[in-house]
Amino acid sequence: MGAQGLTCRECHAEYPAEALYVCERCFGPLEVTYEVDAGLDVAERRRHIQAGPQNLWRYSDFLPLDAPPGPSSRTLSRTGLPAGCTPLIKADRLAERLGLREVWVKNDAANPTHSFKDRVVAVAAARARELGYDVLACASTGNLANAVAAQGAALGMETYVFIPADLEEQKILATGVYGTNLVKVRGSYDDVNRLCTEISGERDWAFVNVNVRPYYAEGSKTLAYEIAEQLGWRVPDRLVVPIASGSLYTKLAKGFQEWLDLGLAEGAPPVMNGAQALGCSPVACAWEAGHDVCQPVRPDTIAKSLAIGNPADGPYALDLARSSNGSIDAVTDDEIREGIRLLAETTGVFTETAGGVSTATLAKLAERGDIDPEERVVLLITGEGLKTIDAVRDTFDSFEIEPRLDAFVDEVEDVVAGARR
Amino acid sequence: MSVTVKIPTQLRSASGGEGEVGVEGATVGEALEGVFTRHGELRERLLEDGKLRRFVNVYVDGEDVRFLDGLQTPVPTGGEVTILPAVAGG
Repeated sequence: MGAQGLTCRECHAEYPAEALYVCERCFGPLEVTYEVDAGLDVAERRRHIQAGPQNLWRYSDFLPLDAPPGPSSRTLSRTGLPAGCTPLIKADRLAERLGLREVWVKNDAANPTHSFKDRVVAVAAARARELGYDVLACASTGNLANAVAAQGAALGMETYVFIPADLEEQKILATGVYGTNLVKVRGSYDDVNRLCTEISGERDWAFVNVNVRPYYAEGSKTLAYEIAEQLGWRVPDRLVVPIASGSLYTKLAKGFQEWLDLGLAEGAPPVMNGAQALGCSPVACAWEAGHDVCQPVRPDTIAKSLAIGNPADGPYALDLARSSNGSIDAVTDDEIREGIRLLAETTGVFTETAGGVSTATLAKLAERGDIDPEERVVLLITGEGLKTIDAVRDTFDSFEIEPRLDAFVDEVEDVVAGARR
Repeated sequence: MSVTVKIPTQLRSASGGEGEVGVEGATVGEALEGVFTRHGELRERLLEDGKLRRFVNVYVDGEDVRFLDGLQTPVPTGGEVTILPAVAGG
């Protein structure tokens, strides 16, 4: 496939594959369209992917870059900070706890800056360079800030990173260390986003999630390709995915559909379950009310990486939940903390609050009986627990003893044995 | 009551290249009508059935009018109405 151009999702007006993101006619979002190369058969395509590098550039044929397929994926791998090829873990103990047969955890915290945002930024930055940009910028709830600052450092591009001033300290520190122009904005993420939309009209920069957003968003498809490849070229029955703007959620479905259409993956389009934090749940609220559009909200949740009150892809997320027989659920902050704990205790994966949201939502779906026990379910973990460390503070006890054997026996072993009785 | 309406780059082909338009109006709706009087083409780009299109965000002094009174939101004298695309972010 090769990127053909951009098409408005609303009115289908067509545009060249440049740094454009909004339809001038109706203000709808622009999406990349591809020319499908019918020349390759399935076995040949699979071999081509398997011969590619151990990162997302093995899927460069399905990404919106001019660089031709083939050796170029190697070249891409040798510039910047390649992302992807993260573990898909079979989570039998989690499945057992939830009364399900087969659950897999896609641990996308295992990316260079510990979230799935490295994927979208790798694609956005590569396209920004092709389009001749020198400066990379973003509006971020934290994970994207890390990814843009790091990718800019790796590529030698100047970066401007805009974040809400009240972000978790870990995410601020893990951004500043890369030597970026870090701008803390006094306001919510939606205020940051509005400011960046304004600035992007006035500065000749590549804002990864504003003017080059159509390319950026395509990077999320690589998660779908990877899951399918890791499952032996099969699409899972169901995915549980956190929703902030709704971009990841909708692009995952697009990725699976592309491979089903090409015959590269077997199966049917998966049931798509979206997960939001109750304290910022514009899409889940619209879902429950049966609306086609989302009413913006003011976020108040510990899941700050999902705290987008005015989600750009909200209407499309609602369409997808409907068409895939899925749903969009919301969980409380306490359920998020329990979700983090449940995942950690049963899989050894420590996730940030967004992963707590998706895990808690999976637990909710299982309890509600929405999931057939025979289904193969993939739970998406998008970020690392060390970035939202406050969420687990004071949620467990520990022992503090003198360095003596009797102290260990009396104060630890006896207590542990007592707790078991 | 004079207010400033800021036009995003994507709409400037329909506003004769103007990025800011000074108009009279006490509400967002009236201010936009003032803009449409000068640049008629903008009406259908921003409104559908008399309402804001779903991917159009309008702010009064930085506040999203969907949190306020929509097109009936009052605009103070000297206030700023900003039109921006809604499809960014995430």
